[in-house]
Amino acid sequence: MGSTIIEKIVRNNIGNVVHPGEIVTVNVDRVMIHDIFIPFVASKFEEMGFQKLWDADKVVLIYDHLVPASQVDDTRHFRIGNEFVEKYGMKNIHRSDGICHQLMTEAGYVKPGDIVFGTDSHTTTYGCVGAFSSGIGYTEMASILGTGTLWIRVPETIKVNITGKLPENVMAKDIILKLIGDLGADGATYKALEFTGDTVENMTVASRMSMANMAIEAGAKCALFTPDDKTAEYCGITLTEKERDLAGDADAQYCQVIAYKAEDFVPVMACPSNVDNVKPVSELVGKEIDQVFIGSCTNGRLEDLMAAAEVLKGKHVAPFVKLIVTPASRRIYREAVANGTMAALAEAGAIITHPSCGLCCGRTGGILTDGETVIATNNRNFLGRMGTSKVNIYLASPKSAAACAVAGKIIVP
Amino acid sequence: MGKIFKFGQDVDTDQIIASQYIIYPTIDEMKVHTFESLDADFASQVQPGDYVVASENFGCGSSREQAPSVLKALGVKAVVAKSFARIFYRNAINIGLPVIVCKDLYDNVVAGDDMELSMQEGVVRVNGKTYECTKLPEYMQGILDQGGLIASLNRE
Repeated sequence: MGSTIIEKIVRNNIGNVVHPGEIVTVNVDRVMIHDIFIPFVASKFEEMGFQKLWDADKVVLIYDHLVPASQVDDTRHFRIGNEFVEKYGMKNIHRSDGICHQLMTEAGYVKPGDIVFGTDSHTTTYGCVGAFSSGIGYTEMASILGTGTLWIRVPETIKVNITGKLPENVMAKDIILKLIGDLGADGATYKALEFTGDTVENMTVASRMSMANMAIEAGAKCALFTPDDKTAEYCGITLTEKERDLAGDADAQYCQVIAYKAEDFVPVMACPSNVDNVKPVSELVGKEIDQVFIGSCTNGRLEDLMAAAEVLKGKHVAPFVKLIVTPASRRIYREAVANGTMAALAEAGAIITHPSCGLCCGRTGGILTDGETVIATNNRNFLGRMGTSKVNIYLASPKSAAACAVAGKIIVP
Repeated sequence: MGKIFKFGQDVDTDQIIASQYIIYPTIDEMKVHTFESLDADFASQVQPGDYVVASENFGCGSSREQAPSVLKALGVKAVVAKSFARIFYRNAINIGLPVIVCKDLYDNVVAGDDMELSMQEGVVRVNGKTYECTKLPEYMQGILDQGGLIASLNRE
């Protein structure tokens, strides 16, 4: 019997053939800790009695949720993080370079076939390069820092096959929202998602990243794309045979197979206040909006900013709408300046912020109040996420978001 | 015996403990805000030994371990739901908060009912009726029995 991608990654890691449902202990290739949880990771690590990190080179600390600090107490996290870095001889620390999930792949911390855990739930993102990555809590993170291992249950796999050419106004974000709507918020719980078909083969790594990022919103443990030439170029590596083999075998066992025709996709939005409450934008037309947010680890990459700029070129944001643009990393920020994207956004009336989590985690940069409506390109529209619990958050693609910013209401891009 | 506090489907971790509170230095400072957006009185009314009963996908969303931690700090004895999101489930076991899957309980009880849980038998009893729960995998039950991951690691 053949294997799915996740079964191959775990097999390569532990040296034994595995099957879904088995509980195995894996060797961790890399971990990511972000600023919100570093104080808790640090205190649990010491409570567990560890004297040193299992491998300081494999640990990455990233400040992103609290950068730049919006409250005096936020700086406590930086102080504790800096002390931890100093005390345990860590080298991989980013204090204001961008969002953790963007940096983990962009800075080369993750390679195809790696097993990576992070303290943030959107750690599923690194499946875009064929890595098994998932979110964990701070107690488990502290335990990995000491032992370099973690037990996992080998997940079943849902295969999602997409073929054909996407319509012009549809982005990868629309695909993943549609899938989450179809599966439901718990439709992939404990399972791996495996994306195949010529539509995803033709996608950029950035687009695959948007999709893997949101796998957790259907409950998935991870989302996986087969590494290819684009992956190799993105990671700056030459793929080995083993890495090229990270594809589902023809006779692999899937617990569910879902097939989509790319031509059937339309722009969609996740309506308040669940990510699986997905509707075609055409059914929401006319709803007035107060703000638009283009950014986050889901959709703050160069192609996202360029797609928004293309829609906004020669136009201006509606007078009562605030358009907030937050690049996912410093590198993306620089690239968007260099190729004229930032100028186009600024001329259209965008408020451009420093790369960070920003509004996505509701701590800074555009908090909203009761009754206000925001069209946002990030990954969660939960109650209270961007201000009070009476804010209406609609999740959309950068193209849809930019079109709404100009119109001042929901329109089809 | 403990009282049931009942919550619905897809209760996310932002609803259990909102983002603005998770940067408080201690769980004790956070716990008074538990379930604030869903039930502002929860934290003041829940008593040690009470239960949280929910429908499907309890604890979806972020990886914040503060979510099970505030429930445990308030004395919640266990969360019994139709299903759990995976990160919440792992986190709860790791900090020693029992999380139990019971498909039939939710639709047959109301808030305020008295409930009794027997982890050994894998059942809950409410209003004279007994409901079967799904037992934890042996590995996870082992961590829970020892009081969580830290205690379990210390024993190794």
